[in-house]
Amino acid sequence: MTTTTLAVLVPLLPFLAATAGLLLGRTAPGFVRPLAVLPTLAALALAIAVAVDQGGGRAVQTHTELTPTGSVPIELALDIDGFAALVAVLVAFVATCVQIYSTGYLRDDPRYPSYAALVSLFTSAMLLVVYSGDLIVLLVGWEVMGICSYFLVGHYWETPEARAASIKAFLVTKLGDVPFLIGLFALATDAGSFRITTVLGTVANGGLHHPTLVGLLLLCGVAGKSAQFPLHTWLPDAMAGPTPVSALIHAATMVAAGVYFVARLLPVFEASACVMVVLAVMGAVTMVGSALAALAQDDIKRVLAYSTIGQLGYMTGALAVGDRGAAVFHLLSHGAFKALLFLAAGVVIHAAGTNSLAVMSRTSGLRDRVPDAYWTMTVALLALAAIPPFSGFFSKESVLGAAEHVATGHTEHAPGSAGWIVLVAGLVTALLTAAYATRLWLLAFRGRGTQAADHGRQPLSMTVVLWVLAVPSLAFGGLAYRLLPDWFDGRALAPTLTTSVLSTGLALVGGLVTYGAWQRTRSLAARVPLGTVAAHPEGDAGLVEAEAIAAHEPAFGDVAYAPDPADPGRLLLGPLHRHAAEGFHLDAVYDVLLVRPVLAAASLVQFLDREVVETYVRGAGALPRLLGAAVRRAQTGNVQTYVSALLAGTVVLAVAVLLVATGA
Amino acid sequence: MHLAYPAVLSALLFCTGLYGVLARRNAILVLMSVELMLNAVNLNLVAFDVWLSKTARDTLHSGQALTLFTIAIAAAEIGIGLAIVLAVYRNRGTSDIDRLRDTAEGHQSGTPTDGTAGEKAEATA
Repeated sequence: MTTTTLAVLVPLLPFLAATAGLLLGRTAPGFVRPLAVLPTLAALALAIAVAVDQGGGRAVQTHTELTPTGSVPIELALDIDGFAALVAVLVAFVATCVQIYSTGYLRDDPRYPSYAALVSLFTSAMLLVVYSGDLIVLLVGWEVMGICSYFLVGHYWETPEARAASIKAFLVTKLGDVPFLIGLFALATDAGSFRITTVLGTVANGGLHHPTLVGLLLLCGVAGKSAQFPLHTWLPDAMAGPTPVSALIHAATMVAAGVYFVARLLPVFEASACVMVVLAVMGAVTMVGSALAALAQDDIKRVLAYSTIGQLGYMTGALAVGDRGAAVFHLLSHGAFKALLFLAAGVVIHAAGTNSLAVMSRTSGLRDRVPDAYWTMTVALLALAAIPPFSGFFSKESVLGAAEHVATGHTEHAPGSAGWIVLVAGLVTALLTAAYATRLWLLAFRGRGTQAADHGRQPLSMTVVLWVLAVPSLAFGGLAYRLLPDWFDGRALAPTLTTSVLSTGLALVGGLVTYGAWQRTRSLAARVPLGTVAAHPEGDAGLVEAEAIAAHEPAFGDVAYAPDPADPGRLLLGPLHRHAAEGFHLDAVYDVLLVRPVLAAASLVQFLDREVVETYVRGAGALPRLLGAAVRRAQTGNVQTYVSALLAGTVVLAVAVLLVATGA
Repeated sequence: MHLAYPAVLSALLFCTGLYGVLARRNAILVLMSVELMLNAVNLNLVAFDVWLSKTARDTLHSGQALTLFTIAIAAAEIGIGLAIVLAVYRNRGTSDIDRLRDTAEGHQSGTPTDGTAGEKAEATA
């Protein structure tokens, strides 16, 4: 088979699996698990084959036009360069892990068939986005991912949190997608084609008329999809979905699609210095803000969600300094270790029966109950905090190195101010990241108090996947930073000495300060007992998690916050803690700025319709109704009255005819 | 015989019938009055037919032929009419036209205005 055939099969196999899964889910439940796992596994094998064939050399390009579509042609095009080949391998790899994990995680769930089919459909859509060489085909995959995300976040639609979160995720991403669509049209109008290669050719020849406008419009969609400030608010709430979904869609792949899109079309954004500075500011605000918010969250998954937003901010920052190699490098290593963090968190939540860090910090012996999750999560948190030699260190250093490179004025693509913004924000975030990673680890695994209840061993399908994902978290960065430049633009990704020393030092400081704070506050934990545990701790992990999320708000008054004085984050953040826990009140701001005006406008329209328009309608009907009432009185039901009226009429007519006939 | 005699007689007959239709309460008498009106018309038809044939303007006697039709139709009509009245009487226990006001606006079956609600319900049951 040629590389093209293999590449076409990669998104096609999960799509067929999704269709079959949706059709057969009810009638043949025995096929659901093989149908979920095997096609994704095959897609992984094919994606690896494609990557080996492509080998980082010339991009594999092919295109066919199904039918003429008016002025700007839409073509089914494949465009597989080094970025696409490697990102596809990551997507298929994480998707396979998540599908295997889900067989254990949702083993008793009655909606597992549709869940697995939707995960397959999502995988297919993401692979389509990665391989597509045509912007409209890419957009199709982009939107299918959005709707899959909506369905999967709302998997536990019995809980109000999940319902609200799924609608919020859908609406906020669509808010970005509308300008995104307009931006795509503007781009294609200038280029005369939706093909990525043609667009990039046009940009290289200076054929783009309004680069700033197009760039900003496209950034809206990217901000929505990749959860960047100010459209990031849906991602923490999306944690109401099942943990494997959070791992696949809201950590490793879908949210990275925005970053990947910018990486593919980077010359379009580089055409305007303004867009690059906006990108840098967006990345910087996202990084620092989300890291602060992560330090204050009580829900273990929300900590990871804010951490995801922050790491995506690093990728945006790398793009803002014009180094897409570093951005995609961080995307790849982050995809592996963040998926691992989420899946391990799923195991921890199952074992602890709660998602609250405050409750976990009052439970001892959790790490002995789930040793696999404990060790793999430690590895992944070290990778997240960018401690050498874990993979996060190398990818984050490549980002910071690129920023330093631009800040010292070594490149013409990106403005130096963008370099400084990204560099400073990146270093501050390195400190904060280490702090919240340490806090998460200490609270979850170093708790003191009642012994954790024993719910038996975790399913093998869940624990094995953790170790599989731990391998790239441990070793990918160190092995890859020398090889990846051949696949990417050829720019070196090796860590530079200054930033490495600085950021590792800051990370160590962050970790040690958090440890010190934790030493001071941990004694308070015994004095303030807190606790809620899922109602059915023996159930499968999905059920336990749904119950844990549902129990958090009644127990602590908020989905994100717990009044726990023993939290080291509270000591570190001081008065900022309350605001950080609420995500700096951005939801409240949106509520005031958008939600309430829309609701007010809706009630105004309702008033106009009910009270004004309907009054006219009723008024128009009043006169005929009165006439009708008058005429109705003639209907007495007495036949003789009717005949009398008939006679009178006849006489009148006869007289009239006579008068006319005689000419009187 | 001058045409005026049968014409006047027929007018009187028609007026009697009209009065009966408008004023009588008993449905059978109303039907009889309708017969009077029909026969007044028949008388006219025959009289004018004879007058027209005398002046030799019409030799087909279409007036008399039409009278035969009218008589036949009147017979059928009275048969059906009487059958209906009989059925109504059996259902309601009355054939008073003033009480048969089911088609009145705002009429509700079962109201005591017609006084036969019980029998009606019995009949429909």
